[in-house]
Amino acid sequence: MTTTTKANAITAREVTRAIIESKPLFILDVRNTSDYDDWKIEGGIVGSLNVPYFDLIDGVEEVLPKLPKDRDILVVCAKEGSSIFVAEQLGEAGIEGVRYLQGGMKAWSEYLEPVKVGDLKDGGELYQFVRMGKGCLSYMVVSEGEAAVVDTLRMTDVFEKFAKSKGAVIKHTLDTHLHADHISGGRKLAEQSGGTYWLPPKDADEVVFEYHPLDEQSRITVGRTELSIRPVYSPGHTIGSTSIVIDNQYLLSGDILFVESIGRPDLAGNAGSWADDLRKTLYSTYKELSGDLLVLPAHFGKTSELGEGGRVAARLGDLYESNPGLNIASDEEFRKTVTTNLPSQPNAYQEIRQTNMGRIVPNDDEQRDMEIGPNRCAVHDK
Amino acid sequence: MTTFSANQVLDCKGLACPMPIVRTKKAMDGLKPGEVIEMQATDKGSLADIQGWAKNTGHYYLGTLHEGAVLRHFVRKASAEEEKEDATYGRSINNEELIAKLDAKDAIVVLDVREPAEYGFGHILGAVSIPLGELDNKHGELSKESEIYVVCRTGKRSNYACLHLNEKGFNVTNVVPGMSEWNGPKEEK
Repeated sequence: MTTTTKANAITAREVTRAIIESKPLFILDVRNTSDYDDWKIEGGIVGSLNVPYFDLIDGVEEVLPKLPKDRDILVVCAKEGSSIFVAEQLGEAGIEGVRYLQGGMKAWSEYLEPVKVGDLKDGGELYQFVRMGKGCLSYMVVSEGEAAVVDTLRMTDVFEKFAKSKGAVIKHTLDTHLHADHISGGRKLAEQSGGTYWLPPKDADEVVFEYHPLDEQSRITVGRTELSIRPVYSPGHTIGSTSIVIDNQYLLSGDILFVESIGRPDLAGNAGSWADDLRKTLYSTYKELSGDLLVLPAHFGKTSELGEGGRVAARLGDLYESNPGLNIASDEEFRKTVTTNLPSQPNAYQEIRQTNMGRIVPNDDEQRDMEIGPNRCAVHDK
Repeated sequence: MTTFSANQVLDCKGLACPMPIVRTKKAMDGLKPGEVIEMQATDKGSLADIQGWAKNTGHYYLGTLHEGAVLRHFVRKASAEEEKEDATYGRSINNEELIAKLDAKDAIVVLDVREPAEYGFGHILGAVSIPLGELDNKHGELSKESEIYVVCRTGKRSNYACLHLNEKGFNVTNVVPGMSEWNGPKEEK
């Protein structure tokens, strides 16, 4: 292989910004077709085409007529090697401005975009971390040199650096439930920063490590003591699922309520037995909360759920109007919706749960592989 | 340790995607149709990729042995000869008839003329392995008194073997189609 044309890289951060800003982009994904069908980069005006790299070893002529002329071409593969190989060949064939995704889908899966949600009443700020590649959302409360992180993702260094840039020390990490779609970084981040790790005790029957039980009696403060972090027991996605009200403004709903869907009750046990809990949480517990609370979920399923600046959020009162999962009239129909025709389960979800309980300890590469793919935590994700 | 023989062993250990497949493709160009390549890789992605590549190019993916961190992939080069119509040997039975004979414990010999790696990944219980290319040298291992049933993947190489062995005076019958659709008793890797 004698290639003289060098292809330029584009980072996962730049692709994330392009999706948030609705910039046109065309992706040539050169992974195996089965990997592509399972999980790919998607967004409002992102077009894509899958041709495995091994069909392009002899030349790229066959793919040239299928590439649009009016937008930037981005070549994507699992890590980056094959995308460089194909991008260079496209360059040789005279296509200009072809780039490849640095670090491939692995980097895509791990990139977190921090987005400011808003200010707190007594000073302090709330940030959302958007994991575009997997649809996960984490949160950080910062106030007077202290920080708390909710639903921390595996990439703990991102939270450490961010807290440092705000001059804050991480005092608490909280998980709203035992996650099944991604590996929690909560315990690790708490250990590294000398903070306290909180987990709902009803989800922690099988965990093998020490944790602080997160329940409605828990009093957690960050910075100013007036700032309130109030847990609300809200079972349904898991038996222990706990929502968190921050500053009487924000409702961190975990995997119970999303912007365009609701949580699925089947990942941690028996869907049937938790469907009624989910019904009660969504149709009575949440109903008693203020409709002005801003719902901040732990996931999104589609990029249509991204709002201004990439933020995923909605007023609780508005969701009672627009979210199909909050507008199901009968108990029976609700039960049917959340227990039948569910999307396939997240990749390696049993192993991920075992990891989050501390029962298995995969290495970094194994953890990365386990998290490949979309989150599929909502009943309406396909 | 499994000792499958291949016509060529290609070392792609330590190479990242796309190099294992790029090198396999080049090496394959130098092989004769019907020959088998063993590609050794440590890149985990090569497992799905070699299968996808073989499928799209018409080569025949035989299987993969996992030995520690090393993946040993076996692929047989597509054979133009297999597509070509040879004279058809007169005596043949189908898979079901052979299964019936095996079930009845008839005193028969099953001769598998596929490549050693193909045989290694799965063959009829008790089958004797002599690859087609070695039949000239090794037919002495067979007895002219035996009732021999010759099998390959699709019945084409075995047809050729039957024509050949019949000329030498062996009592042979071709099995059609053979291992591609075999669902009788099998030893598998």
